[in-house]
Amino acid sequence: MKKILRHRRHPIAHFLVLGIALLAIGFGYTLLSPSNAAVATNARSQAVEEGRQIFLKGCSSCHGLNAEGSTKAPTLLGVGAAAVDFQVGTGRMPMADAGVQAMRKKPVYNAEETAALAAYVASLSPGPAIPNAAQLNYERDGNIAQGGQLFRTNCAMCHNYAGQGGALTEGKYAPTLMGVEVKQMYEAMLTGPQSMPVFGDRALTPEQKLSIIKFLKGVDAEKGQGGFSLGKVGPVTEGLVGWVLGLGLLIGVAVWLGAKSK
Amino acid sequence: MSNSHGGHESSTELSPLSDPGLPPHVYRRADTEPAMAKKAERQVAILFGLSAISTIAFIASFVGIQKDVFIFIPLFGSTQAQQLALGFTLALSLFLIGAGAVHWAKTLMPDHEVIQERHELRSSDEDRQGVIEVFHEGAEAAGLGRRSLIKRTLLGSMGLVTLTPILFLRDMGPLPRKQLETTNWAAGRRLITDPGGIVLKAADLQVGAVAHVLPELPKGSEITLNDLVKDAVIVVRLRPEDLNLPADRKDWVHDGIIAFSKICSHMGCAVGLYEQQTHHLLCPCHQSTFDVETGAQVIFGPAARPLPQLAITVDSEGYLVAKQGFTEPVGPSFWERS
Repeated sequence: MKKILRHRRHPIAHFLVLGIALLAIGFGYTLLSPSNAAVATNARSQAVEEGRQIFLKGCSSCHGLNAEGSTKAPTLLGVGAAAVDFQVGTGRMPMADAGVQAMRKKPVYNAEETAALAAYVASLSPGPAIPNAAQLNYERDGNIAQGGQLFRTNCAMCHNYAGQGGALTEGKYAPTLMGVEVKQMYEAMLTGPQSMPVFGDRALTPEQKLSIIKFLKGVDAEKGQGGFSLGKVGPVTEGLVGWVLGLGLLIGVAVWLGAKSK
Repeated sequence: MSNSHGGHESSTELSPLSDPGLPPHVYRRADTEPAMAKKAERQVAILFGLSAISTIAFIASFVGIQKDVFIFIPLFGSTQAQQLALGFTLALSLFLIGAGAVHWAKTLMPDHEVIQERHELRSSDEDRQGVIEVFHEGAEAAGLGRRSLIKRTLLGSMGLVTLTPILFLRDMGPLPRKQLETTNWAAGRRLITDPGGIVLKAADLQVGAVAHVLPELPKGSEITLNDLVKDAVIVVRLRPEDLNLPADRKDWVHDGIIAFSKICSHMGCAVGLYEQQTHHLLCPCHQSTFDVETGAQVIFGPAARPLPQLAITVDSEGYLVAKQGFTEPVGPSFWERS
């Protein structure tokens, strides 16, 4: 012991002690900390790398090699995992052709690949995360009456008063909200895909978003209480049926009335 | 060519049309054959009978079909069975009564052509003369010509009495005064979401975000429906460099957050349809399209004026507030709008 202490003023001693201390902390942490955290970090970075590979193959031709965007497509910096999960999970991305609007179709990537892509894009720049199941319990946290009111103020002008979708300009349209997954509706409000504006967590609080979803699920489950709903799109189909069937019947009767009996 | 030319020359003389009279009456088979008449009678009876059956079916479906029974019909979708049955059977029973009556009239009731004689509707000259004489006699007896004081006071009082409805009309409600030109927006009023009533901060709106807001009123006063139709405002946020506003409105926005009256300048619908990518605001009623970048200038549709812009800023706590009230009346044109 004395032998070591004799060297305590040696110029290297400081560095040596510091090095030993750092090693001790490092090993101590690995030993004491829960081992799954390390695995999770590892898995996440692996997912990010996987996502990067998929991105380079499938997305970078439009969105740029570093997701910085191009004249063809917007930047993905800051859109968050939720936007990727929505766009890729509903099959809108990658686009089938360069139309005015990306259509919903069968997803190109499976759930695992989508998650990897989302992890990669989220790793580039912070953005809204994918909501988890606990955040999406609309049955518990939503209020259907409030949801209807919110829907009519914020959503009905594009998506139709009963969520059936509607036309926008130049061939674009707001899609129907019937049969859409809860998570996807939530993500759409959160991220504002394509023509849709963003409804942040203050403009529409998470509870309000769930209320809207609960209202839409109520509309979806509603059966025709009186007569045919005719697609619930209002005067267009009602007018068509009125003019074609109603007037057709009246004309037929008028012709019959005027015809002389043999 | 030459033939038709010749024919044209020979028909220069016009002769007056003679009354062609009625075409010969054609008898129906039911008129001439008793078997056919019997058959028509049976057909009418069947129509009436089917109507009666439909009515019974109507009653039966009212009583017998439960309200929670839904059936699916291809093309039309799911519908409540009772409502469908009620509507269908009632329509059928009413239609069949009419159809039976028409068929009866067409096949069995007499169908001989009858000429209805029409005469001039003018009264005879003697009658007309008589009325004028009676009128003159009455006027003479009442002394209308001689007693001019009575005539003038009568006309005067009758003229004056026509003014009374004007007072009644005026009394139907208060005058609108300046209500059409004013809103609850004033300097310092905070922006709260509608519905929800959350006070918005600038940081609450991301680029591409939209919020539908109302002015926060002092404690104790509530927004009424009449306020709502004037105060509704839509707030959107875009990148500050995307805005291309007139010079005098450059400081009406806060970091790309811009607010417009939500009441369409055409017919007063709520202009809520915002396309995030094109920065266009659309009115869902008549498709008037306003370009947010240039201060809601009309780029399509029947609207005649841009949407009035609300000047906004942030207060010391970071809340979005109105810088001033609207500088012009919101909503559609009205008579006295300057």
